[in-house]
Amino acid sequence: MKHLLSTEGIDPAQATAILDTAAGLKQALEGREVRKLPTLRGRTVITMFFENSTRTRVSFEIAGKWMSADVVNVSASGSSVSKGESLRDTALTLAAAGADCVIVRHPASGAAHRLAGWLKEAGTSVVNAGDGMHEHPTQALLDAATLRERLGDLRDRRIAIVGDVLHSRVARSNVHLLTALGADVTLVAPPTLLPVGVENWPVTVSHELDAELPSLDAVMLLRVQAERMHGGFFPSAREYSIAYGLNENRLNLLPEHAVVLHPGPMLRGMEIASAVADSPRAAITDQVRNGVHVRMAVLYHLLAHEEETA
Amino acid sequence: MAPRQRGATDPAGERELLSAGDVARTVARMAHQIIEKTALGAPSAPAVVLMGIPSRGAPLARRLAQRIAEFAGVEVPTGTLDVTLYRDDLRRGPTRPLEATKLPEGGIDDKLVVLVDDVLFSGRTIRAALDALRDHGRPRAVQLAVLVDRGHRELPIRADYVGKNVPTARTEEVHVLLAEFDQRDGVVLR
Repeated sequence: MKHLLSTEGIDPAQATAILDTAAGLKQALEGREVRKLPTLRGRTVITMFFENSTRTRVSFEIAGKWMSADVVNVSASGSSVSKGESLRDTALTLAAAGADCVIVRHPASGAAHRLAGWLKEAGTSVVNAGDGMHEHPTQALLDAATLRERLGDLRDRRIAIVGDVLHSRVARSNVHLLTALGADVTLVAPPTLLPVGVENWPVTVSHELDAELPSLDAVMLLRVQAERMHGGFFPSAREYSIAYGLNENRLNLLPEHAVVLHPGPMLRGMEIASAVADSPRAAITDQVRNGVHVRMAVLYHLLAHEEETA
Repeated sequence: MAPRQRGATDPAGERELLSAGDVARTVARMAHQIIEKTALGAPSAPAVVLMGIPSRGAPLARRLAQRIAEFAGVEVPTGTLDVTLYRDDLRRGPTRPLEATKLPEGGIDDKLVVLVDDVLFSGRTIRAALDALRDHGRPRAVQLAVLVDRGHRELPIRADYVGKNVPTARTEEVHVLLAEFDQRDGVVLR
């Protein structure tokens, strides 16, 4: 694997290999005094974040460091980007400075794809850490890792993705990955928060959360992305919460084994009630923990093999 | 299938070095050697643990532990130690899948760890294993048991227990077959 840009069209065998590596890494590191592996010694990983992030950036940084890579963090505000340098020039600079892998988050959909094209000659790997409203593949991988831990094989498991699908790169990446792994995905959202063309996605669509809950193996809640909403997508926060928020009553409609996921950051009281977020059926801190192992696995699959031309 | 003649070359260009019976006898002899050399069961002897290196070192470690239990009446804890993440040749091939690492109950601190592998060749796997071990704890001592030593060492590493020394050419391949993976026991040269 040379880049990880999206989960759309991902080879299920490749996805499973990454998830198996992540599980292996988790097991290998468990209970150890020294949580550091020498595997990527001498490789340089640069994170380039043009959008705010805590968990993703920290998670990539820890992942790189636990694999002994040298990790350098670049943020838009503290770099030459604020002086007007283009994304292409910034990326070429980082590659020339010796980056083996660039991890990029950018507000423009498709930024990571463009970057991979520009860095082809330099041979630098690119990981998409979220591009606009397009994809966030490592989030989907860590969600799948968490679900596999709790549910086992995902084939024919019923998973609902609830909320602001329209603005969500997490939803897009999860739809592609989870369906590639054989899961049966349902999107639950008001019609205003579903993207155009959703009827061509490999999913079923519902507007009624309560009707779906009893038959689900997992429910994934999305954050309502106020920063991307310019217009009235729903009448009020309170009304959204009543129709689509996961509260304790709704939690009781779920089967006993069902798992609750949230990619974070959570808006408690909006899409998820505080009591639900803190219940043992919520796997939200597991998601963060698995995020590190999944990102270690991604770096391993990108950097720990012979050079390939792709 | 006709019984194989030891040392005979079959049409596939395969030469049998050890038969299934030889493998069993060799493992038994190695078990005796481990018991003797580690003074197993003696009051002053250090606690011994066997760590198999996947894939084929893992079942070999379990078999050795079984034999040791039969001969000495001592249950020796076994574990597995995957060295993939410590290899120095990861960038010389396609992505390697990880194998399981499982420390024996009670860990490895202050134990006499016997690493178990099927074939000793360049010594690089054992170098990686020593590095991996160091990240898991501090054994009192480390020893090495291999079913086959085929020579061509590239590092100053030597086994404490060797099932069979086999002179080989660098281009030849030694394959240890174990029923757990290969439906039969044996060692063949290809």
